Amino acid sequence: MSRLEVDVAVTRGSFALDVSVTVESGEVVAVLGANGAGKSTFLGALAGLYRPDRGSIVLAGRALDDVPVHRRRVGLLSQSALLFPHLTARDNVAFGPRSTGSRRRAARETADRWLAMVDATALADRRPAELSGGQAQRIAIARALACDPELLLLDEPFAALDVDVTPAVRSLLRRVVRAAGVTTLMVTHDVLDAVVLADRLVVLDGGRVVESGPTAEVLRRPRSAFAARIAGLDLVPGRSCREGLRTAEGTVIGGVHPEPVADGEPAVALFSPASVAVFRDPPKGSPRTMVPVRLAAMEPHGELVRLRAGVPDDGPGWVDGLAADVTPAAVADLGVEPGDELWFTVKAAEVEVYPAGR
Amino acid sequence: MRTTVPRFLWVPAALAWLLVAIPVAGLVLRVDWPNFLGLVTTPSALAALRLSLETGLATMALCLLFGGPLAVVLARSSLPGLPFIRSVVLLPLVLPPVVGGLTLLFLFGRTGPVGGFLDREFGITIPFSTGAVMLAQTFVAMPFLVVSLEGALRTAGERYEAVAATLGASPATTLWRVTVPVVLPGLMSGSVLAFARALGEFGATITFAGSLEGTTRTLPLFIYLESESDLDGAVAMSLVLVVVAILVIVVSRTRDLR
Repeated sequence: MSRLEVDVAVTRGSFALDVSVTVESGEVVAVLGANGAGKSTFLGALAGLYRPDRGSIVLAGRALDDVPVHRRRVGLLSQSALLFPHLTARDNVAFGPRSTGSRRRAARETADRWLAMVDATALADRRPAELSGGQAQRIAIARALACDPELLLLDEPFAALDVDVTPAVRSLLRRVVRAAGVTTLMVTHDVLDAVVLADRLVVLDGGRVVESGPTAEVLRRPRSAFAARIAGLDLVPGRSCREGLRTAEGTVIGGVHPEPVADGEPAVALFSPASVAVFRDPPKGSPRTMVPVRLAAMEPHGELVRLRAGVPDDGPGWVDGLAADVTPAAVADLGVEPGDELWFTVKAAEVEVYPAGR
Repeated sequence: MRTTVPRFLWVPAALAWLLVAIPVAGLVLRVDWPNFLGLVTTPSALAALRLSLETGLATMALCLLFGGPLAVVLARSSLPGLPFIRSVVLLPLVLPPVVGGLTLLFLFGRTGPVGGFLDREFGITIPFSTGAVMLAQTFVAMPFLVVSLEGALRTAGERYEAVAATLGASPATTLWRVTVPVVLPGLMSGSVLAFARALGEFGATITFAGSLEGTTRTLPLFIYLESESDLDGAVAMSLVLVVVAILVIVVSRTRDLR
């Protein structure tokens, strides 16, 4: 059983990371975070690049803290394939088994088996210079798994690939990681990687875990602003009230309670940007919740236009980052541009209020 | 698109090239071609050529054996005072070779600290022996190997070595199966440069090893002595040295030209 328990604190300059994560044997966990959230530092500590100030890394019952990298049995797949340029694809894959004591023939057989797993048998005799980026990354996947690691670390494994080959490599990685049943920890900023590969999400922000849970659940019901943003949802924190949710400064957002929440409990209101209607002037006699915002940005979002809210003068801070998806025709009718003051409105039936503690 | 070279650079550039090319061409014209074969095959000329090639190869081996590890330490370790260590290694590049020869003589001479000890305890005398030739040549040639190998190691970076470690390769396995193959071009050109520098070594050799035919009289020493008595012989052997030098350049630059 290759259960991983990490509890580390690393300080690098002014940045402090303090993270505790457990990955069950055979589980795939994705660590998500914006740039600067501490993902790379966390992975570096796991891979042995940085020495944690404090904490412990226990893999399959072994404490890894003082184990040299080559005895950790921790495989690493990073953005670039980094295949050894002087070796053929097959010898690259056979490198791990050879280095850990396999005989030449046994290592070659292992390599051929893994090359077949990643559909790269035909590439076995090629040098890295003769491989495309996607092909090289497939060989790198085979190479990382061929030495039978107890833990596989994935560091933004598709970030450097062309967009048109990424889906194929991503689903291939999912297939072989599942087939190998290897405990896997992935660091990524792309929610799609997490959706395809991960059983569970851990969301980092400012060097700390702000949220964790099964992938589908975190994306359906995010508790943190960052998780809501990657899930494509609007999130307002506050406390539950009879009408829905009351923010810290007293705005009431009408909403429904899909599950019982006691009044006054910490809660979050979640709604889709598509359910937000936008007006120049506050509509009269509307039962909707109305929020004044200053338009911060406009960006294309599929067939719609996403309007990103900023904080208006004297407005509450929580509106920052709220999104509204409207049709291009509606944007033209409104005649808005960034900096304009607008009203975001949403119907109570479209807002779901969940307890924040989970 | 290529940028245009400013016109005023052409004249000094041509002069610089001619400064190197014309003397070599003049040497070819000056050679006594009818007697060339006879001049380069006299016993003392052959002995000098043979000694130069043998000590040159031995020097190359010594540079690899000791300079190679030094380059790895300079490129990969985080020793305190690394810049100081590196500048010491570069010293022979800027030091007049005669000075290098003198320092070696003081150290390894019979009255020197190391030479005296070797003489008393083991009866070994280094100065004015073939060993002294190799020592002098290694002194001046080592920086060439260390500099080009360290450069190759830095260019290659530590990424491949880090990957090898995650694949379970010990530091020693990583060195032989990853580091050395990856920097092989730098290792080869550094070795060839060290060999070439050893082949041309004069000052340190004559100071520390003297000029005994068959034992310490290498090709440059032979040519210098011949130029005072038999200029034709000196010119002929110079041409041999030029040909060897051109071969060395061709071998070490083939990769770049391709």
